[in-house]
Amino acid sequence: MYSEKVMDHFMNPRNVGEIENADGVGEVGNPKCGDIMKMYLKIENNVIVDAKFKTFGCGAAVATSSMATELVVGKTVDEALQITNKAVADALDGLPPAKMHCSNLAEEAIRAAIDDYRRKNGLLPEGSENNACGRRCDDIHHHFEDED
Amino acid sequence: MSDNRIIYLDHAATTPVNPQVLEAMLPYFSDKFGNASSIYSIGRESKKAIEEAREKVAKAIGALPREVFFTGSGTEADNWAIKGVAYANRDKGRHIITTAIEHHAVLHACQYLESDGFEVTYLPVDENGLVSPQQVQDAIRPDTILITIMFANNEIGTIQPIGEIGKIARERGVIFHTDAVQAVGAIPINVVDLNVDLLSMSSHKFYGPKGVGALYVRKGVKITSFMHGGAQERGRRASTENVAGIVGMGKAIELATQNIEENNKKLIELRDRTIEEITKNIPFVKLNGDRYKRLPGNVNFSFEFIEGESLLLMLDMKGIAASSGSACTSGSLDPSHVLLAIGLPHEIAHGSLRLTFGVENTHEDIDYLMEVLPMIVNRLREMSPLYEKVKRGN
Repeated sequence: MYSEKVMDHFMNPRNVGEIENADGVGEVGNPKCGDIMKMYLKIENNVIVDAKFKTFGCGAAVATSSMATELVVGKTVDEALQITNKAVADALDGLPPAKMHCSNLAEEAIRAAIDDYRRKNGLLPEGSENNACGRRCDDIHHHFEDED
Repeated sequence: MSDNRIIYLDHAATTPVNPQVLEAMLPYFSDKFGNASSIYSIGRESKKAIEEAREKVAKAIGALPREVFFTGSGTEADNWAIKGVAYANRDKGRHIITTAIEHHAVLHACQYLESDGFEVTYLPVDENGLVSPQQVQDAIRPDTILITIMFANNEIGTIQPIGEIGKIARERGVIFHTDAVQAVGAIPINVVDLNVDLLSMSSHKFYGPKGVGALYVRKGVKITSFMHGGAQERGRRASTENVAGIVGMGKAIELATQNIEENNKKLIELRDRTIEEITKNIPFVKLNGDRYKRLPGNVNFSFEFIEGESLLLMLDMKGIAASSGSACTSGSLDPSHVLLAIGLPHEIAHGSLRLTFGVENTHEDIDYLMEVLPMIVNRLREMSPLYEKVKRGN
């Protein structure tokens, strides 16, 4: 059901771990839904120079996390914000329809980590909320009325 | 073990066809291809083979041959039992009692009946997945027409007090059906001693072929016909018989029940060793289901901080086939309804692993499993932000 690329990124995930004193950290998802993605970014002169992740989730969640870290490194913050869930899925040669929400999670994790960086550096207005976190399962999961 | 070997630990999903079963089936695909309803010799031969298989199935559960009806699957047997009894007895009442941990074949059949004016009570279970006879007793109303409670659970292996429930049902005059798909061939069953009125089974769970099951209907129980057409199965389930499948099911149940004690001794040994070693060697685990009232071949654990599908994929890469109750493996939003019903929080239910052993499994298989599993669990935990928090102690 998974592409070879997904399986490769699942079995040999790139950039697993944490960054000490990361410039931006974002955590999205919910253990209730079965997936949480936490992304750490190191940012120098507005360019992402390193990215690491930790993920609790299925094969697709791990693979999209891994791919997302690969995609952001070397990009400016603004460029990284342009990365869509579809871009992450495409880079993995696609995901099964039931797993597309995992790529949403990757897009949101990037956004959350960058929001954190901006907030720490006064680049976001005071009190502006990070709206990527704390979403309910229903928002990111597809419903399958006819699972049988 | 060689690198190419698959260690199959998912016998609750399905089992390989026993070579003796396959051998018994093969002639009915070619030489003995006759339609059992035909009058000539090869037709009569098929008919005879079906009746011999019926006798074997009846004998295995202590029933009369005329009380056994072949179906296309366990799901079909469940659907027929529940809808057939409900519709045949709707003048007496419209209340049905079942449990929260039934297979979807039962739950969804009950939900269908709810949409058609029936009322269903879903009994909760305790933390081991057990329903008590008292709960059943208390739930019976004057308009209760059917109690349907599974013999043994497909996920956590818990075996229900079927005999005690049967006794209550019989005393109160309520029809009692049990979905015994996981139990037939795995534990000894006698429908007369247990006061069971209807019982569902499925051939591929006990080393028979897929695509064939059976429903036991005690003589005198009112039930509507499932399929309308020819006179097959005494008009209760019309359709040209799956002769090879039925022959295979007969042979399979005969073999399974003949060797039940010997097989179970071995399965219980493998099961108990696995439970012990996982508990001892892997931290933050929880055994799901009753420790003792459980199927001989069933092990079900939750591993905290990791997700089941990831675990299955990594086991698969190491040649181990198993299953999980995580949402990601069910294709739906929620983790297994059974794990939620025994009180597991969602995040723990997502991290479940079911290992179900069969006769071909050996201690070497467990050696290999225990070499691989702790490593995989550790690897996934090192990747998990939930584990990170525990390690840091917050």
